[in-house]
Amino acid sequence: MTVLLAAVDWGQIFKLTVSSSLGVDAMVFAMAAIGLNIHFGYTGLLNFGHVGFMAVGGYGVGVAIATWGLNPYLGLLIGIVFALILALLLGLPTLRLRADYLAIVTIAASEIIRLLARSTTLRPWTRGTEGLNEFAGEFYNLSPFDKNLYDWGPFFFTANNLFIVIVGWITTVLMALLVWQLMRSPWGRVLKAIREDEDAARALGKNAYWYKLQALMLGGAIGGAAGMFQVIAKSTVQPDTFQPVITFFIWTVLVLGGVGRVWSPIVGSMIFWGLLALVENILRQFVNEGFISSVIMDSNQVGIFRFITVGLGLMTLMVFRPQGIFGSREEMALDAR
Amino acid sequence: MPADLSSVAPEPGSAKPDPILQVEGMRRSFGGLVAVDVEKVEIQRGIITALIGPNGAGKTTFFNLLTGFDEPDGGTRVFDGKNIDSKTPHQLARMGMVRTFQLTKSLTKLSVIDNMKLGAKGQRGESFLVSIIPPLWSAQEREIEARADDLLRRFKLDHMREQYAGTLSGGQRKLLEMARALMSSPSVICLDEPMAGVNPALTQSLLEHVKSLREEGITVIFVEHDMDVVRDISDWVVVMAEGRVIAEGPHETIGKNQAVIDAYLGAHHDADLDLDAGEEAVIPPPEDSANGEEE
Repeated sequence: MTVLLAAVDWGQIFKLTVSSSLGVDAMVFAMAAIGLNIHFGYTGLLNFGHVGFMAVGGYGVGVAIATWGLNPYLGLLIGIVFALILALLLGLPTLRLRADYLAIVTIAASEIIRLLARSTTLRPWTRGTEGLNEFAGEFYNLSPFDKNLYDWGPFFFTANNLFIVIVGWITTVLMALLVWQLMRSPWGRVLKAIREDEDAARALGKNAYWYKLQALMLGGAIGGAAGMFQVIAKSTVQPDTFQPVITFFIWTVLVLGGVGRVWSPIVGSMIFWGLLALVENILRQFVNEGFISSVIMDSNQVGIFRFITVGLGLMTLMVFRPQGIFGSREEMALDAR
Repeated sequence: MPADLSSVAPEPGSAKPDPILQVEGMRRSFGGLVAVDVEKVEIQRGIITALIGPNGAGKTTFFNLLTGFDEPDGGTRVFDGKNIDSKTPHQLARMGMVRTFQLTKSLTKLSVIDNMKLGAKGQRGESFLVSIIPPLWSAQEREIEARADDLLRRFKLDHMREQYAGTLSGGQRKLLEMARALMSSPSVICLDEPMAGVNPALTQSLLEHVKSLREEGITVIFVEHDMDVVRDISDWVVVMAEGRVIAEGPHETIGKNQAVIDAYLGAHHDADLDLDAGEEAVIPPPEDSANGEEE
């Protein structure tokens, strides 16, 4: 057995795991989860269509640059404005109603956005299922990295990826710090009060509707920013990258880290993507080396199996540590009362 | 000092010398059920007014209508000389009318001190843009915290300061909710069953707190079931039954009021259960019923 395991390149597995947990996906999902954390973790808004904010952010920057030929930085602004408009559209009619209505509307809206983007009607702007390409060049002109490949110890990135990952993580950390500051302010206290009991907040003179709308807009804008980083990193914006399952990956990341904690989106996302890469690369090597018979699994099935493993991991976490990594057991116990 | 109400007629809808709240023609129906149908009620400033009535009399609905948590089908409400028909609960709270709830709404995952600080009005740091820059609100936050600590000491909750509100007992939550409402320096405080589910020892201290509110010039309206409590602290009693105000007056007159007795005990509660006289018997004679079963 030891002889067999020695044939596996553990260094390579480690490298790919670390690079993945710091990579573009981890960064984008961490940022998106920060937005969702403002919605659900701090304000108690049930947003099941967070990918919709990413989509309008991504398409905002893509369409502005590729279709309208605008300045790329104006494109970034347009992406954020799109996300804010979406938040208003979703929030204005639903936030006066019970919490479930927002959930229904968000999940529907995110699909409507994806289907609109791939529709023939909007083809002149979005180019349908092909999507928009080659619009992110301007941003990479800022990049100081000019080598093809950066391969430092466990880190392994292309020049463009390294640039976007560094800028993205810095932005993500700044956003987390913003959330930290907001949530220790009286403004954040009102949000948390609304999460606990909206009527109590209203009875104390807080305009709950307006605060919920603000929270939806702030979290939505951060989700939009995550979408922009995603499309810039991949230099393409395609409708089918914004599948509903993305929303649930973001939820997974958030729950993994612990709901309503400042650093949980970041750590949750790193663990989520690191774990996916770890499982995938171990299995792939095992299959390639013949430790796992092709009767059981071939290399095409590895990609699917990793999600099964992560799902199992999550179930285990929910049983033994339902509050997530950063969450407090004490707070969880209060919910049960 | 409470105003002298001796000149006010103890009858439903009587006018008060200095009303802070005036309600007229307020109606609320749920489908076919008329939950509240109040012709006229005035609440005197600076006193403790008790709102009593049997279960289902519409007291809590009346409270909800008064504080804007429910919309009446019709009628007018005037608070401190201003019409408040179109005001939302948070606007009313800012105007000085706060309420507590029958089922306490302590914000369980906030600490006791955060619960208290939430109650303060006019916080600069509650605006999004200001909240990002702590120097703009930290001085005010310290003032609020000092005031919150004072109130916590007064309500003997200071030892729980950093605990989650969810860890408090039911009675402590009632105290916290009342203290939190006071953080907004209200002119009217509406307490919905403040003593419900509170142990007798704590009831006494809650009563003292309610009385001390009156001394500070705060108008108190409270819903209560316990007649001893009502007798002990209320200056004026409003009795509701089936959505209507059926009686008003100082508690001495309420106990003798026939309408109130009827509402609580039923109109025929003192009719004799005369088992010998066949015609008026409410319960059939035992022998008859026994025979009936055998048949």
